[in-house]
Amino acid sequence: MDAGEALLLLLLIPGGTMLLTLFVPSRHANVVRWISLIATTATLIDSIWIFAVYDFAEGGYQFDLQYPWIENIAFLGENGISLHLAVDGIAAPLVLLNGLVGFAGVLVSWKITHRVKDFFILFLALFTGVYGVYIGQDLFFWFFAYELAVLPMYLLIVIWGSTNKEYGAMKLTMVLVGGSVLIFVGIFAVFAEAGAGTFDMAVLREVNFGRSFANTFFPFFMIGCGILAGLFPFHTWSPDGHVAAPTAVSMLHAGVLMKLGAFGVIRLGMEILPAGTDFWMPVLLVLGGVAAVYGAISAIHQTDLKFVIGYSSVSHMGFVLMGLGTMNNIGVNGAVLQMFSHGVMTALFFAMVGGLYDQAHTRDIRVFGGLVRKMPLFVIFFGIAGLTSLGLPGLSGFVAEFHIFVGAIDKFPLFAALGILSAALTAIYVLRLMGRAALGPFNPRWESLKEISRWEIAAAIVLIAPIIAMGVWPDPFIDRIAQSVADLPQVEQIGGLFTLSSLTGG
Amino acid sequence: MDLEYQLIIPEFVMAGLAVVVIAAALMFRNVDQKWFGYATAAALGIIALATAIAYWNTNDDFGNVLAVDHFTVLFRVFFLGIAFFTVIAAVQFAGERLKNHAEFYGLIVFATLGMMLLAASRELLTAYLSLELLSFSFYILVGFNKLNPFSNEGSLKYMLLGAFSSALMLYGISLIYGVTGTTLYSGIEPDGVAAGRNIADQLASFAGLGGGVDPEGARPGLLIGLVLITAGLGFKISAVPFHQWTPDAYQGAPLPITAFLSAGGKAAAFAFFLRLFSEAFLPAANEWVWFVGILAAVTMIVGNLMALQQTNFKRLMAYSSISQVGYLLVGIVALNAANVSQSQDAASALVLHLIGYVTTNIAVFAAIIAFYNRTGRDDIVDLRGLAERQPFLAFAIAAALFSLAGMPLFAGFATKFIIFQAAFNNGFLWLGAIGVTASFVSLYYYLMVIKQMYLYEPEGSDRARFHVSRPLAGALVVLVAGVLFIGLYPTPLFDVIHSSTEGLFEQAAALSASVVGQ
Repeated sequence: MDAGEALLLLLLIPGGTMLLTLFVPSRHANVVRWISLIATTATLIDSIWIFAVYDFAEGGYQFDLQYPWIENIAFLGENGISLHLAVDGIAAPLVLLNGLVGFAGVLVSWKITHRVKDFFILFLALFTGVYGVYIGQDLFFWFFAYELAVLPMYLLIVIWGSTNKEYGAMKLTMVLVGGSVLIFVGIFAVFAEAGAGTFDMAVLREVNFGRSFANTFFPFFMIGCGILAGLFPFHTWSPDGHVAAPTAVSMLHAGVLMKLGAFGVIRLGMEILPAGTDFWMPVLLVLGGVAAVYGAISAIHQTDLKFVIGYSSVSHMGFVLMGLGTMNNIGVNGAVLQMFSHGVMTALFFAMVGGLYDQAHTRDIRVFGGLVRKMPLFVIFFGIAGLTSLGLPGLSGFVAEFHIFVGAIDKFPLFAALGILSAALTAIYVLRLMGRAALGPFNPRWESLKEISRWEIAAAIVLIAPIIAMGVWPDPFIDRIAQSVADLPQVEQIGGLFTLSSLTGG
Repeated sequence: MDLEYQLIIPEFVMAGLAVVVIAAALMFRNVDQKWFGYATAAALGIIALATAIAYWNTNDDFGNVLAVDHFTVLFRVFFLGIAFFTVIAAVQFAGERLKNHAEFYGLIVFATLGMMLLAASRELLTAYLSLELLSFSFYILVGFNKLNPFSNEGSLKYMLLGAFSSALMLYGISLIYGVTGTTLYSGIEPDGVAAGRNIADQLASFAGLGGGVDPEGARPGLLIGLVLITAGLGFKISAVPFHQWTPDAYQGAPLPITAFLSAGGKAAAFAFFLRLFSEAFLPAANEWVWFVGILAAVTMIVGNLMALQQTNFKRLMAYSSISQVGYLLVGIVALNAANVSQSQDAASALVLHLIGYVTTNIAVFAAIIAFYNRTGRDDIVDLRGLAERQPFLAFAIAAALFSLAGMPLFAGFATKFIIFQAAFNNGFLWLGAIGVTASFVSLYYYLMVIKQMYLYEPEGSDRARFHVSRPLAGALVVLVAGVLFIGLYPTPLFDVIHSSTEGLFEQAAALSASVVGQ
């Protein structure tokens, strides 16, 4: 499959829209909104197309596209730094995820009135950066995009955020950039060790890095990227950042940005330094397991809705890291599925919480009650997110977590048990939340609340569709992911995957 | 010896320009002073263009004391550009807040002349004299606002420490002369024939290529000479621990001069540093690489940590520029006697980072000058709400600060990436790691500034939006565009730089070829 231009469009559309928006006078807020919506619609269509057209029977990297960028200068040889784009079966669903969440993010940002133009410019920068990470095949470009995705967060939170935003924004930025320092050093080391004069990942994947080198530098990638994925004990930036961020940014942040971390562990760690996995992946599994339980317990104790979801994200990203740590095909598959599933689910969560907060001006769970009387659609959507989160069969969370647990049982039964425990803990806080705020006795203080806006309803529908689709028919996802996971070096094949075709014997 | 005076016409023209500007102001007393500024800027621009066109393919030297090679031409144009932007940024400021404008512009031209000569010098005393021309111009310029006690204090400190550092350097030069019997850097003529006794040859024959103890017992003298020269230069570039004058001079100086000092002064000292250490001292790299390495590490660490505590924007930029010096020194450390091509990469990386840093820094200062013209204040908290009052200035400052912090899209990312990579390739993993960590710390204090501009509403009595004068705004647009261009596509600039640094390593290349030949 060729047609790499489709990938280029993922960068050009939002990037070009940013430039275009710069020239729209800031008083035309609606023009800016519509331009952004059109751009994200276009990227969503493009993302769906890429996901659909990706040929899973063939597997591997497709849509390959390479333009020279900086080459043959100094230490850089042929293709030293290039704009090299490609997707594999792991990136394809994540590209789709970013398309969905970005589109929904623009919808829920419709109500932003303060400095609309600046908001959408930064939002699109973030959005472009995330695409760059998913499709980049050159370490320099990859890191460039990675930083580009982190950088606008500071301004987005500081200008449009709420609750303790100065602290949250600074903490988030410093911790994430601190993580990228490790990645930076790791990239340098890999480049120098390979001695190939290129940052092209396709070349570096072929280099056989020695065990001691890999063992030394694997943690640079594992921890550096892991920080972004909420790796315990470096996770505390995440709830603080989520709470401070404006709705759409929380969505993109928890929904997509945290996945960049786990994705980085696959791309840089598992693919480039496979010799380091033997030693380090069990560590990741343990830390992921701890994060899963710890995040769930913390979530139970929170009273701020966004903190609940923030810690719930830590817990769910813990599952992802655990899945990667199993190093067998079922577990890693589950991890990628969970990245997608958690991405749409948590975006839905934040979209709904934003809709509530803008009217109620509080997110304290204890003061809400019986919201279903005023906001039935809100409660339904919120409920779907909650049920996905606790792993109800038929929704996407179940498929993902099931794979992770099966993968973990095979290798580390104790941690599988821990994971299942934390899934049970998730049920506690989700059901308690629903029971208290959504159902329960109606609190007359909320007489004035209205249903969420149609923009938010549209966003919710966009996000719920893939949740249900993946829950009832996971095959399209699993087909794509499984092929590429099987290609990862060092990943053990322990059995078939839970797909409809495997159930029906086909 | 036939001296080819046509090689140094730009220097003569600059000297003439300075005198003409000063004289013209005496003759035309009724002309609005800003025209002297714009005329100076226009002249600088024309000289820059003419120099670039006329000398681009020149590769010659003037009596073996001034080289007119690609490196010199690149830096000539670079310094003229710095002076051009400084003068444009200074016009409104000087008109409203300074007296004796013509002398002000004249001294800027003299300082630029000093820079141009310094980059061309390939003989220690010539370099020293050029450096003094540059420094004396700056001593006066820093104290130009003579009614302001801070300006006086800054100037006095700068002058006393500057004189001290000059003495150190002179002593170092005399020791090097004592050891090697010459003050010429290297003696490769354009036609490839060695031209008599010179430092590089002497050092190479002492140490054997790759370093080691020389047989004649000259090592202590050599070592002390190198240390003293490095210390003297350390003052000029304000490397830690020789940096104490910097914050005071930066704070006291009129803003355009702070910009010029942090951009031009640093760039010139580094041009000197680079030419000296690559052309002359490279064969003795093993003797100096460790203390320059320590200097780089300490400068990066201390500069950034001190910057964290600053409340005045100029002092913040002073410490920020100190930390940038640390990154630049990494490029010197990565020079490697045994591998000429890697050394050349390192030198090119240094120049690239230098150009990126200078462009960014002038952008910051141009924006701050525009802000100061309106408000007369330069503390960090005074920037509150700038994003509301003047979004373009806020954007320019934010972009430039992100660039200094090494964030992608902007020059700092690409140039730091390349300079640290040069250190890694030469085995200085620890230095690169310190550099990356230090620039991570720097992000914090740059964000503190950005936060003031974007997070808060404007405060105080003056909250209205305001306009920036046309020429200044135009210059700012060009500078920010330059920062973005270097950040996104450094290849063309790097190619130019790489061809210009080639000449610095001619002798080293010839020597290593002869070693391989044996």
